Amino acid sequence: MQVSDSSSRILAGLLEARTGQQLTMSRRWRIETALAALLRERGIPTLDELITILVMGREPSLATQVVEALLNNETYFFRDRTPFDLLAKAALPKLARRREGSKRLRIWSAGCSTGQEAYSLAMLFAEDPVRWAGWTIDILGTDVSESAVRRARDGIYSQFEVQRGLGVTQMIRWFEESDDGWRAIEPLRRMVRFQVQNLLEPPPHPGQFDIVLCRNVLLYLNIERRSQIFERIGSAMAPDGWLMLGAGETVIGQTKRFEADAESRGLYRPVNLGEAAQIALGA
Amino acid sequence: MKTCLIVDDSKVIRKVARHILETLEFQVEEAGDGREALDRCEAKMPDVVLLDWNMPVMSGMEFLKLLRQRGHSDQPKVVFCTTENDMAHIRAALEAGADEYVMKPFDRETLHIKLQLVGVA
Repeated sequence: MQVSDSSSRILAGLLEARTGQQLTMSRRWRIETALAALLRERGIPTLDELITILVMGREPSLATQVVEALLNNETYFFRDRTPFDLLAKAALPKLARRREGSKRLRIWSAGCSTGQEAYSLAMLFAEDPVRWAGWTIDILGTDVSESAVRRARDGIYSQFEVQRGLGVTQMIRWFEESDDGWRAIEPLRRMVRFQVQNLLEPPPHPGQFDIVLCRNVLLYLNIERRSQIFERIGSAMAPDGWLMLGAGETVIGQTKRFEADAESRGLYRPVNLGEAAQIALGA
Repeated sequence: MKTCLIVDDSKVIRKVARHILETLEFQVEEAGDGREALDRCEAKMPDVVLLDWNMPVMSGMEFLKLLRQRGHSDQPKVVFCTTENDMAHIRAALEAGADEYVMKPFDRETLHIKLQLVGVA
């Protein structure tokens, strides 16, 4: 299947319009692989035929399926490990003290794909039951992909997926064999909820998130969109909360809505722009 | 440089695993069954053993039990790497002294993280 430049441009335009994500030249080689299964499933013989159907607008649901197929849903449990260590050792002890009164923590996994990050967070709390006894831990995972969110809600992972990032004792503690693979056990599923959400749109309720993880998502967006999303995330956070980004991602040069936490490298604090503006004006 | 002994009766699996391990900067040795693996361990104990379950001559489980019975002070970490992918086999492996468990198929990332978790990568 040949992917012409014009076809690439049309598909890239569709993806960016729906999700804000860019299909950069380096990712265009994925088009062929990403769409092969969809073409087979829908009985569409060529990519040109697919483009024709999309352009004619004959099947609106097809555009959604194409976008879903083009999204990169790569993820795994405890991806990169370090951020989870940072949460456990730096952010959570501080939040535990600050929220001692309400005993409630709200965490948002923004761009959660098939849910592994949200379940990893749930394990982090569930593996320290004495510390978190009596607390309400609300972990929300959101993603623009309906199929990814559906999978996250099911909490069922293939044999290949379930062992990516998990130690074996963790795997057999938190997952059980099912007909379709390995399913997160009910106590873990109860700790997380998932919803479809586009990061370019207003943030999910209830807002006031104590921790937001938005990892390996923003790298696919242009700088204006990144800036918009930082603003949206910032508006949904508790003033003393933290944002975590993916390895190699930063707020520096991207936004003034967040600043690096000098005490904990890798954590970013929301900045009250009103205050910042006043400081800038010498007020 | 850490050393890894790959124990698998499949030449293809040994080749794939060797390739991954060498990119992770391991010095790799190979054995085609549990008996040969024991002999290699007697000669020079590796840091980690990547161990298949079903093999001719001596299975991975037999090898593991004998290895752990010998009580050497320099016991290697043992990571099962097998198509036996059900809870019963996993529990049996852990009870026999395995440190980690990889279900085939696997990729470089999975193996790398498992080796990190047992402290050899």
